[in-house]
Amino acid sequence: MGKGKSVTHVVDKEWCKGCGICVHFCPKKVLELDRKGKVDTVRLEDCIACKLCELRCPDLAIQIINKQEREND
Amino acid sequence: MNDTPFNFKDYVRSRFFPHMWCPGCGHGIVLGSLLRGIHELGLNKNEIVMTSGIGCSSRISGYVDFHSLHTIHGRALSFATGVKLSRPHLKAIVPMGDGDALAIGGNHFIHAARRNIDITAIVMNNKIYGMTGGQFSPLSGPGKKATTAPYSTIDNEFDIVELAKSAGATFVARSTVFHAVEAKDLLKKAIMHKGFSVVEILSQCPTYYGRKNKEGDAVQMMEGFKNNTVKIGSKKLEKNPNLIQRGIFVEDTDKPEYCEAYDHIIETAMKGNS
Amino acid sequence: MTNKDNIRFIQGNEACVEGALYAGLNFFAGYPITPSTEITEHLSERLPQTGGKFIQMEDEIASMGAIIGASLTGNKVMTATSGPGFSLKQEALGYACMAEIPCVIANVQRGGPSTGNPTHVSQGDINQARWGTHGDHAIIALTASNHQDVFKITVEAFNLAETYRTPVIILLDEAIGHMREKLIIPEPGELPVVDRLRTHVPKGVDYHPYLPREDDRLPMSDFGAQHRYNVTGLFHDMWGFPNNDPAVVNGLLHHLVDKIENSVNDIAMYKEYWLDDAEYVLVSFGSSARSSIHLAQNRRARGMKIGVLELQTLWPFPTDIVREKCANAKAVIVVEMNMGQVITQVKNAVDNPNNVFLANRIDGQLISPTDIKTVLRMIQGKGV
Repeated sequence: MGKGKSVTHVVDKEWCKGCGICVHFCPKKVLELDRKGKVDTVRLEDCIACKLCELRCPDLAIQIINKQEREND
Repeated sequence: MNDTPFNFKDYVRSRFFPHMWCPGCGHGIVLGSLLRGIHELGLNKNEIVMTSGIGCSSRISGYVDFHSLHTIHGRALSFATGVKLSRPHLKAIVPMGDGDALAIGGNHFIHAARRNIDITAIVMNNKIYGMTGGQFSPLSGPGKKATTAPYSTIDNEFDIVELAKSAGATFVARSTVFHAVEAKDLLKKAIMHKGFSVVEILSQCPTYYGRKNKEGDAVQMMEGFKNNTVKIGSKKLEKNPNLIQRGIFVEDTDKPEYCEAYDHIIETAMKGNS
Repeated sequence: MTNKDNIRFIQGNEACVEGALYAGLNFFAGYPITPSTEITEHLSERLPQTGGKFIQMEDEIASMGAIIGASLTGNKVMTATSGPGFSLKQEALGYACMAEIPCVIANVQRGGPSTGNPTHVSQGDINQARWGTHGDHAIIALTASNHQDVFKITVEAFNLAETYRTPVIILLDEAIGHMREKLIIPEPGELPVVDRLRTHVPKGVDYHPYLPREDDRLPMSDFGAQHRYNVTGLFHDMWGFPNNDPAVVNGLLHHLVDKIENSVNDIAMYKEYWLDDAEYVLVSFGSSARSSIHLAQNRRARGMKIGVLELQTLWPFPTDIVREKCANAKAVIVVEMNMGQVITQVKNAVDNPNNVFLANRIDGQLISPTDIKTVLRMIQGKGV
């Protein structure tokens, strides 16, 4: 599992419809909805790259890139 | 198997996004699980034919960068049967909604299962007709509210797993969009299974089903999938037998697959002809 | 010299089977229904002998779906049915019109509506062939009155399906389907066979499945080949993706209709008998044409100036040809086994519709030369 600085969140705000599924199920409360109701990464340092948000995003709007994982490949 | 990182933009037709599904609709999660599964299997995009019917779920075929065949309501499996029997090397995947698959398409569903033709049927079960605005489906079950059941439904529902089993499907599984990884793994197995495979994935329609039946928003409906389902044979069933079971119910590799059986017919016919 | 092995004494339904195989049929899906069942039965035996595929589906709707799917993978496909089954196929038939999928549908007509008269002759599905599916569209429908012609129009049905990327309907009737007579199977190459037109667009270059070439034809790419595109029954753009832009909808609908209606004279097949000086013209088709020809031959022997225009293309209706052939007629008699379906088109085609009369029979019995003669005598003022 990567942590903090090794993780990048790629969010496509055009695709996000703001359903809040990712925010609710994030085990580390890394995500929130911004003022426009779109997903926003507010505590990246807490992200453990579990990818539950990516897996459950109905809009395919979040991608979690874990650099550690890539280096290990 | 494919170990390269997954990027869904390699598999979707990005110009059609954001997709047309409502906020919080579970169908997009099924799409994600399916694409991840296909990526992990390392399948060639040219070998996949995605055939769908009509309804919210059926729009999946237009979003994926495979050969895609968006057909008529309920009949996707018959079109896919023509694709598969004529070119058995192609992977035939048929995503359907509950009404598409089991009301208007019920006959094709049981007969495709009976033939054991190598098609993967994905039933995205949100218990409602979404595209037409919230009418009850053969999966809604009694005591539900819908735009065509203002006083509540009296129709009993099908159990897809039991129906598929008895119709002769040789791979039958169930998962939910809350269990997106499990769903992905089941879809991978279904796609690689030689024979007719059925994967029921419980999916939420917060717009119609959730609102009409006071099941809350997408998040609450997904919490429901977490709390009301268990793995097959879980001890929790002893306390609450009403929990819905998830996992693989049938995996039979002995029964002949239809296209292979037909190849034997061709062999026999050609011998007789010479 | 005709090879003796090529001479058969068979049913019209079998002649249709032979024609389909000659044209390169390699996928058939069907469901048993009288009086078309022999087509399905014979193909279950014959197709696998050629390496082709046959499947008996759960109903006529599924049969139509299966052939469309198999056409998209690059096969020449057909289904066969009758009356009620033809009704069931209509939605998917419209899909094939909209998505421009080559396919052939044989409808061996029986009496209707509903279950009607399954084992008896009728020609009551002419208008259903034209307008059975919903929405504006064009359609091609062919028919024939003898087995040699059944063979020929079946080959032509496949050729037209490929040329225009469209469903083509073969409208046989029970009498032709079940009657036995001689068929001489042409040698390979004797009749033209149009193969699937496939795109030359190379891999990696944008392929437009719905962008017509200059000659209006649309080269296809097989499912499973290198171009991945979308096929839908929704209005769509040149890539096959749903699009309801008014200009796109308007353009596509015009294309679907124009590609066939503008080629009406190219598509038209007909035969004429003694028309040069004919004062009385019998317009007929299918088994009715046999009685028409018989009567005309008989009357000619007695000095009457009578001829027959036998239509083999019913849709698109060959209006100009009918007008031209009937131009000098004192009276035109349309001979058909329905309550007047083709006659509407004939009246519309000729200069003087008041001179067009109907000789018909709708009781499940083959219309006889005497039936036609009776109408002829009434027109001539000779009484019955």
